[in-house]
Amino acid sequence: MSKATEHLSKIKHSLARRNRAEARFRWYGRIAIFIGLAAVAVLFGDIVNKGHGAFRTTYINLDVSYDQDLIGVNNLADSEQLAAGNWDALTKSALRTKFPNISGRSDKRRLNNLLSNGAGFDLKDRLLESPQLLGKTESVWMLADDDIDTYYKSWLAGEPYAARLSDKQVIWIGELHQQGLIKLQFNSNFFMRGDSREPEQAGILGAAIGSFLTLIVTLMLSFPIGVCAAIYLEEFAPKNRWTDFIEVNINNLAAVPSIIFGLLGLAIFINFFHVPRSVPLIGGLVLTLMTLPTIIITSRAAIKSVPPSIREAALGMGASRYQVVLHHVLPLALPGMLTGAIIGMAQALGETAPLLMIGMVAFIVDIPSGFSDPATVLPVQIFLWADSPERAFIEKTSAAIMVLLSFLIIMNTSAVWLRKRLERRW
Amino acid sequence: MSPAETPKAVKVVKKSKTAPKSKKAVAPKIAPVHNLDIGDHHVTVGEIFSDKPKMTMRNINVFYADKQAIHDVSIDIAENEVIAMIGPSGCGKSTFLRALNRMNDTVDGCRVEGDIRMDGEDLYAPKLDVVELRARVGMVFQKPNPFPKSIYDNVAYGPKIHGLADTRVDLDEIVENSLRKASLWEEVKERLHQPGTGLSGGQQQRLCIARAIAVSPEVILMDEPCSALDPIATARIEELIEELSQNFTIAIVTHSMQQAARVSHRTAYFHLGKLIEVNPTKQVFTMPEHPLTEAYITGRFG
Repeated sequence: MSKATEHLSKIKHSLARRNRAEARFRWYGRIAIFIGLAAVAVLFGDIVNKGHGAFRTTYINLDVSYDQDLIGVNNLADSEQLAAGNWDALTKSALRTKFPNISGRSDKRRLNNLLSNGAGFDLKDRLLESPQLLGKTESVWMLADDDIDTYYKSWLAGEPYAARLSDKQVIWIGELHQQGLIKLQFNSNFFMRGDSREPEQAGILGAAIGSFLTLIVTLMLSFPIGVCAAIYLEEFAPKNRWTDFIEVNINNLAAVPSIIFGLLGLAIFINFFHVPRSVPLIGGLVLTLMTLPTIIITSRAAIKSVPPSIREAALGMGASRYQVVLHHVLPLALPGMLTGAIIGMAQALGETAPLLMIGMVAFIVDIPSGFSDPATVLPVQIFLWADSPERAFIEKTSAAIMVLLSFLIIMNTSAVWLRKRLERRW
Repeated sequence: MSPAETPKAVKVVKKSKTAPKSKKAVAPKIAPVHNLDIGDHHVTVGEIFSDKPKMTMRNINVFYADKQAIHDVSIDIAENEVIAMIGPSGCGKSTFLRALNRMNDTVDGCRVEGDIRMDGEDLYAPKLDVVELRARVGMVFQKPNPFPKSIYDNVAYGPKIHGLADTRVDLDEIVENSLRKASLWEEVKERLHQPGTGLSGGQQQRLCIARAIAVSPEVILMDEPCSALDPIATARIEELIEELSQNFTIAIVTHSMQQAARVSHRTAYFHLGKLIEVNPTKQVFTMPEHPLTEAYITGRFG
């Protein structure tokens, strides 16, 4: 009896130890999850905090008189006249009318610097839109210079930052603010324009279109090739040393650093096949090389998860192997394949390194309109802006990261949604 | 055979000499058989051949890579008969069945030797297309495996891929007839376009049978068709086999001796890849010729 109780007390003792170990282990898990979530929260919080300002920008209201003599244009249909027109004169005279007591070259230059140097061209567009304004005067909200924008936002936030502004400019802004002639407004330029050296004129659209075109090329090439390769390897290829060798190498390719693919693209596509550099076509080709292993591996996993009983049933009915694949395996594996493709695309969307090697790091102002137009992509745009010295680019960088992240979140969410939607139970 | 007749088969087994009289003493009274080796040279006993053979198999050997699963099996399957293949697990009965419609072709490393003919035509001839063969020799599997499609599409699949129906009306007719023959029509006629996977296990298996007979095969192979089903569903499938035997030749693998006794005309007993005995079912379960058959059906091993 005493032996039995001793035995029991030993078990109880060890039980307490096991329970403590389990409780400890649960806490490790909770702490790990907390650290992960905290890191994500800090990252997102920091980006949003820095970047949200870029979605609004500063405009200044001035009376503009569209004086024909001032611009040197009397016929708006004459493109030569339009090209030679002195549009900056409009903004300069508008500023001079607002602040008539300015004298001296440097003060005049400071005054002119209140407005973006693109403001004159905005007036030209406005005039072309409504030609009846020629010779008349109207009050217009015009884009302010990025230094003014930075100062005005920081001043509104209660921590004025006037590093590059002169005292006079600060006073002028104060006056404009008192008269309600300066305000923050939704920054449509950021979403409607390409890159620019002037932060207030720089936009994300060029890079977004570039990314979109590049991803189209990537998807069009990598999805069919990847799915065909996966189907062949899973359903048709004999199991021998060769297919083992191929399988090992596909897995190896998935682990190759992406910059190597950039070098490969440079050597093969550009130097050998003479594909033009810095265009969505070459970007898509290189990213195809990079995403193919991902798509092949996920597609093979999706095909493997189709129960063999379905194949047997179809074969037993006298379906050819091609019919088995087309009628039964492919429809069941498709959700998994699509998920893999979207994850591969999301990976490609965020990829920078291989694109640096093929010239997509270039400064490109125009919005690309085709697969062979010079373009850049979102992550490269972020890299370029992060590298720029102007303070206003800090918030642009964060805003561009937000745009990229929202694209990634949309893609990953749609992958989950597609999987849930198309998944069939058996 | 109807379920009402079932007790007869059970009684048949009880009649055999070694079977215990009282239920209580079942376990101790059966003397276990330990030496199951039957040596390399073996001749199948019983009525191996038929006057009216549908399929003839001669000297069949099946190998999985280096391992031999079937040793020198010869047997005939007669027209419109139900032949049951029984034997302990791993005896090769399923492997043998799958050789009859060349399903073993899909298994890597599987090799079939010997001569298999249907109506005199060599099924392993190089120019024979397995697609055509499988339209003539249908198969029902152990686990019900309807396609994840509608009930209608499941049955219509075979006729569609083989181009058996010219019009939609023809196809509808084939589907209805097949479902009626599989005695499933009354249960599903209101929901033909709902997924076949939503049916119960027994209904799914009858759907698979309907799918197999939709292409009007000459022979139907059934690989333990009731092993995943409950007794009531099993009884319905067995009734169905009885009905189908009027139009089709059926080869059924089963690990239930009672089932073999209930549904089949002839029974083949496999042991370690060898065919031990083939005889009319009644004889196999009352007066088996071979001592191993007797040992197996009386439950002394397996």
